[in-house]
Amino acid sequence: MTISHKIAQKTKTFLIEIGELSFFASRYFKELFSKPFEFNELLLQCYKMGNKSLLLVGVTGFILGLVFTLQSRPTLMEFGAESWMPSMVSISIVRELGPVIIALICAGKLSSGIGAELGSMRVTEQIDAMEVSGTNPFKYLVVTRILAATLILPLLIIFGDTIALVGSALIENLKGDVSFQLYYNKVFNALKFSDIIPATIKSFFFGFAIGLVGCFKGYNCKKGTVGVGEASNSAVVYASMLLFVIDFIAVFISDIFFEI
Amino acid sequence: MNKITNIKPVLKIQNLKKSFGNNHVLNGFNMNLFEAENLVLMGKSGSGKSVMIKCVVGLMQPDTGTIEIMGKDISKLNQKEFNNLRSEIGFLFQGSALYDSMTVRENLEFPLRKFPEYASKSEKLVSEALENVGLSSAIDLMPEELSGGMKRRIALARAIILRPKIIIYDEPTTGLDPITSKEIIQLMKGIQQQFKTSSLIITHDVDCARVISNRMILLIDGINYMEGTFNDLSASKDKKVQEFFK
Repeated sequence: MTISHKIAQKTKTFLIEIGELSFFASRYFKELFSKPFEFNELLLQCYKMGNKSLLLVGVTGFILGLVFTLQSRPTLMEFGAESWMPSMVSISIVRELGPVIIALICAGKLSSGIGAELGSMRVTEQIDAMEVSGTNPFKYLVVTRILAATLILPLLIIFGDTIALVGSALIENLKGDVSFQLYYNKVFNALKFSDIIPATIKSFFFGFAIGLVGCFKGYNCKKGTVGVGEASNSAVVYASMLLFVIDFIAVFISDIFFEI
Repeated sequence: MNKITNIKPVLKIQNLKKSFGNNHVLNGFNMNLFEAENLVLMGKSGSGKSVMIKCVVGLMQPDTGTIEIMGKDISKLNQKEFNNLRSEIGFLFQGSALYDSMTVRENLEFPLRKFPEYASKSEKLVSEALENVGLSSAIDLMPEELSGGMKRRIALARAIILRPKIIIYDEPTTGLDPITSKEIIQLMKGIQQQFKTSSLIITHDVDCARVISNRMILLIDGINYMEGTFNDLSASKDKKVQEFFK
């Protein structure tokens, strides 16, 4: 097989997968608005995704704020601009770093978790059992998980951003003798709605992408335990790639509607 | 063995065909399952047994052919009607297929959730189903805490909780030790006698077929190669049939 043939084959496989993912997404929107609504399962998934990611997101956010402030300090000091630290850190974290890094962390945790869970249910015929019992497994398993991820991720990102700013404030307090009150005054003076709204909107799309890819990979998992591993692994890879694509589009659109 | 007292088929399959590319799995399979009958379907691995039952319960679509359940052609039903008809069918999966994130109680309650009329009776139905399989004490356990035989019993309890008219068993004794296999077979017999269900049993286990079958079908090359009682088939001189009883 020649290299060009291999590239053509890979491209074809990739495009087929994109087509299947689009079909899967369209089925999600179709089923989302049709009865019956699985509220209990949705709440359970929201609780599981939110509660189980809280510590990870908190630690990540705290270290992000801490490290970002520590690394930026010497450069700002060189220009005598350390008083700009709260503004720079808060805008960077709220607009870009917080949403993207926390979404990537959640892609690793949630997308792979969903992929493995649904993949395992597929290979052990639990999804078939659900269908045979007259329950729509797509609605019960997929719609609830994608919706839960879409709703929970913005909350996790807001939580992570907040903790990141706490970490940053702590460093500024210890290293720069800046009081917490002064730090937060500067943060809130620097942040505008045009920083917060686009970031919040794109975090819904990040959540949707994480849920969608995890469910797609798990629900269509091929037979066998190897398939479960592959579903889990490829869910993380695809979700991470999709996050960057969404981020690029979001920044592009934000640039049109909000002056960055 | 039970005698077939009524000749009305509860499940009728005619000229069922299913292919995967060039692999023709079912080549015009025909079958009738009668009321209160235990019908055993035997065939080699890959002979199309699982494909056939997946077509019956709607997990796969046949290429051609008709499947009638309780006199209704399933291809002419909408999803809601088919889901209602599915409540007349219990399905015991080969690997039990218990929902591993749910307790035994929740597993058994799951098929009841789409029937509001069962909401007040679910506790009683769950207890009765567990009593029928002799595992009342396992009600709050998780599937991971159960042995293979216990899982199979709980799956059977879940299959009978809606009092289905038809139960499909997909290799009910596979992977179990001989003693547990015998217990499961006796349980299946007991359930059939208690609820007068019609059972379609897919198995490789000759002992299971001998004990439980009223009638048997051998599925070879995608068609019903031979039908008859266990004694008829085991006495057959046909080489392909003899292979199963060696």
